[in-house]
Amino acid sequence: MGSYLGNTTEVQQEMLREIGFDSFDALFSHIPDEVKVKELNLPSGLSEMEALDKMEEMADKNTVFKHIFRGAGAYNHYIPAIVGSVVNKEEFLTAYTPYQAEISQGILQSIFEYQTMICELTGMAVSNASVYDGATAAAEAVAMCRERKRNTAFVSETVNPQVLRVIKTYCYGNGIHVEVIPEKDGVTDMEALKAALKEDSACFYMQQPNFYGNIEDADALGEIVHEAGAKYIMGCNPIALAILKTPAECGADVAVGEGQPLGMELAFGGPYLGFMAATEKMMRKLPGRIVGETVDKEGKRAYVLTLQAREQHIRREKASSNICSNQALCALTASVYMAAMGEKGMTQAANLCLSKAHYLQGELNKAGLKPKYGQPYFHEFVTTSDVKAEVILEALEKKGILGGLPLNEYDILWCATEKNTKEEMEQVAAIVKEVCQG
Amino acid sequence: MKLVFERGNEGNQCTILPECDVPQVELTTPKREKSLHLPQLSENELSRHYTELAKQVHGVNDGFYPLGSCTMKYNPKVNEEAAALKGFTKVHPLQPEHTMQGCMEVLKTSEELLCEITGMDAMTLQPAAGAHGEFTGLLLIKAYHDSRNDKKRTKIIVPDSAHGTNPASAVMAGFTVVSIPSREDGCVDLDKLREVVGEDTAGLMLTNPNTVGLFDKNILEITSIIHEAGGLAYYDGANLNAVMGVVRPGDMGFDVVHINLHKTFSTPHGGGGPGSGPVGCKAFLQEFLPGKQVTGTEELAFKVPEHSIGSVKEFYGNFLVVVKALTYVLTLGKEGIPAASKNAVLNANYMMEKLKDIYPMAYQETCMHEFVMTLEKMEHEIGVSAMDIAKSLLDYGIHPPTMYFPLIVHEALMVEPTETESKETLDEVIGVFREVYEKAKANPNAAHEAPVATYIRRPDEVQAARKPVLRYEF
Amino acid sequence: MNYPNELKYRKSHEWVKFIDESTALIGLSDFAQDSLGGIVFVNLPEEGDEVTAGTAFADVESVKAVSDVFSPISGVVAEVNEALLDAPESINEAPYDSWFIKVENISETEDLMDAETYEKFTLSEEA
Repeated sequence: MGSYLGNTTEVQQEMLREIGFDSFDALFSHIPDEVKVKELNLPSGLSEMEALDKMEEMADKNTVFKHIFRGAGAYNHYIPAIVGSVVNKEEFLTAYTPYQAEISQGILQSIFEYQTMICELTGMAVSNASVYDGATAAAEAVAMCRERKRNTAFVSETVNPQVLRVIKTYCYGNGIHVEVIPEKDGVTDMEALKAALKEDSACFYMQQPNFYGNIEDADALGEIVHEAGAKYIMGCNPIALAILKTPAECGADVAVGEGQPLGMELAFGGPYLGFMAATEKMMRKLPGRIVGETVDKEGKRAYVLTLQAREQHIRREKASSNICSNQALCALTASVYMAAMGEKGMTQAANLCLSKAHYLQGELNKAGLKPKYGQPYFHEFVTTSDVKAEVILEALEKKGILGGLPLNEYDILWCATEKNTKEEMEQVAAIVKEVCQG
Repeated sequence: MKLVFERGNEGNQCTILPECDVPQVELTTPKREKSLHLPQLSENELSRHYTELAKQVHGVNDGFYPLGSCTMKYNPKVNEEAAALKGFTKVHPLQPEHTMQGCMEVLKTSEELLCEITGMDAMTLQPAAGAHGEFTGLLLIKAYHDSRNDKKRTKIIVPDSAHGTNPASAVMAGFTVVSIPSREDGCVDLDKLREVVGEDTAGLMLTNPNTVGLFDKNILEITSIIHEAGGLAYYDGANLNAVMGVVRPGDMGFDVVHINLHKTFSTPHGGGGPGSGPVGCKAFLQEFLPGKQVTGTEELAFKVPEHSIGSVKEFYGNFLVVVKALTYVLTLGKEGIPAASKNAVLNANYMMEKLKDIYPMAYQETCMHEFVMTLEKMEHEIGVSAMDIAKSLLDYGIHPPTMYFPLIVHEALMVEPTETESKETLDEVIGVFREVYEKAKANPNAAHEAPVATYIRRPDEVQAARKPVLRYEF
Repeated sequence: MNYPNELKYRKSHEWVKFIDESTALIGLSDFAQDSLGGIVFVNLPEEGDEVTAGTAFADVESVKAVSDVFSPISGVVAEVNEALLDAPESINEAPYDSWFIKVENISETEDLMDAETYEKFTLSEEA
């Protein structure tokens, strides 16, 4: 069996004796017998070698696709080598939340840098230190917008269904009423939104680009929302933000998103990163940790956790959120990624995504898959055809390609990133063509 | 230390991506107007920047870290290696089920093993942290009462010694909080509990051992008072490291439990996350679990529970954290799991015994995995506070204990050594704690000044909060 | 410590200044600001809100604590001192100039202490 105990049995006995116990049974004698467990029904412990073997066995049962054309909330981007080298530093990896500022300046400063980059990316005034993922960021943003007389949140049907599900689950808890605004030709139906918004509307949440990859008219949506006196929340893809009009420029009150594209592995869905940024006016409603700049007693620049009186450990039942642990290491991952890419790299990644997705759509179109919507799109798009999606995807899978996500019997949501080469996309089109003509 | 934005030269950057191999497409929708300011550094400069930052961080690997209620045990390296396997990191969460059987096996095995350790019947690995688990568990309780059309159960009982997340989670889940005072010994006051339970009781949230590090012996009576009133009992697993393989929440009468993989199951905290807060429940609550459950034995398949509360997170939770925890549980096994808790309790009692002649203990009984000291007398007599002692420890390379928690103990310092520390380390730090105490007593002013050897001295937190500067201005 | 004679005090350390029978200002006492330490933010009600004697209408944040501010009177909030939002430190610097709200249409007032009684009360609290 493996063990990471600091003491041998002999030392344990010595320690027990020193503090007046003759055995572990004596040390635990104050625990009533009726609740004690005899023995756990677990396998016997393994050596390190055996444990790793067992984990490898499980890992080997998964198919690792070399060619991925699926996104839908988890994106296959290139991760610069420096990212792993930084986030695996044991100081960052093994520290707790930086409560003791004097010995945590490295983490605090890295979060301050992260907050700055998120503000730059979104154009918003303030950012928090992260939440669990993009979906919980959206749900927390909805809760931020609730006011005494405004208790209804509207969500566009074009958002990632998983995000909608999380928003609804959070609102089952906090009692905010959720209504869905329908989609029209792959984007939010503006007329429906206009008709739905009322005096008691707290906010509207949309996704840019939306779940189908389409780029929404974010300006116009924002205007409609603000006219009704409600708050405007945009859920953004961080790579697209390098080139798209920023949430701030579109009038968003809160900007959130899934930060996974910023240097995080697909990793079967996590850990990922929820980023949250807001206008200055909404600053004190942001949930979770926030790092601020100050000086130490000698006047030296220093960073601390700040605005803590918003948080659960102080405000308890009056706190706006219960979040404590967040995704600090993922926030560090994102900042190293953005620092390594720089403005040029981020813009290049975004343009590569855009160009490759359009190339892929063209090739698939030639192969027999028609674009479902006539909207401008970023790096995802939906196709439809007479051939069943599963037939197409199975054919691709046989060649080691993970095709797009089937949305229903015939529609497929495709994604292309900088990792997909022209040759690869042409291979996909060739396979699809064969199936469609077959 | 310079910020990453204050280093480098304009136009400098790492070369990461290739040229475009397909026709370039221009965005037809409105483009961003404001230019994007990001660092402009060579890889060498960037690498050194983060190395310098890392030197200003105290992790478990840097030294003793007795942060009470946070269980800062050693993070085994093999866990990291398992989580770095390409067979896990390169799997898209929406792949066809037959291509991700290994990931599903990780989920299923983890659920089974953690259920056995906690005495529960079913589990979800979707919650990303302890507080997230609390929220999830409370929604299960809410869904249960709702399913019985028992709408009047709106109150969650929380002891006044509880972590702040407990009342905050209860409110997020739509409950109102009834706070009950703890007895002098930090345990639940049974009479008070009987007074507050009733037809409006949805449930009770409790840790055991409690937040002062003592095992509440009346636990069976407590949970039965709640059950008799028609409520459910929620176990906050923050202190599970004290009792693994010794007692199980399920056997103590709890219906729902969350555990912290980043505390009890040795996954690293990453400077504040990602954690993982699986929620276990008794069979009658399984139908409400969020996300998907893995079913089957040969060919595994996902199934959404019949009356699921929905999803509390995307996909399947912080999966790689689960991989690390599973590696840990497999390594320790049925012998190692209880052995870890036993040594954790031994280490805490050993330290307490060796300090109690000078540091007053808030409670005199045998503690579990952590103990609480109170500096109230010292603060009153010579003005040296728990904060001063904590800050003095920084100069010795020791992370201070948790300060000012639990709230029911004045000038509290809460020490949790964990099982992975050796007697040798404990003896050394006991010496440091004693030295710090004696020095503070002899020279209170020096204690107020501490720390002096750290990268920064005490920061001005008032200024930070009054005039928030939350980003760098270019 | 300063205890102006023209004010009335509540045991939770708020002061009240009656402008006339139905109008008053409410703030935090010198003793309160001193024990709270550096105040970093205040959460205030809105104009037109009703306040009820004996219940909290605002809270003040220091770095590591939040404290409720209670109203000793029932009435309607006629004015809110929004300057406190930008300069919460004024509560520390000049507690008796830093009123939180002006209440009108006073319908009920709790029994309050005069300056002398309140001073004695704070001394007993300190001990």
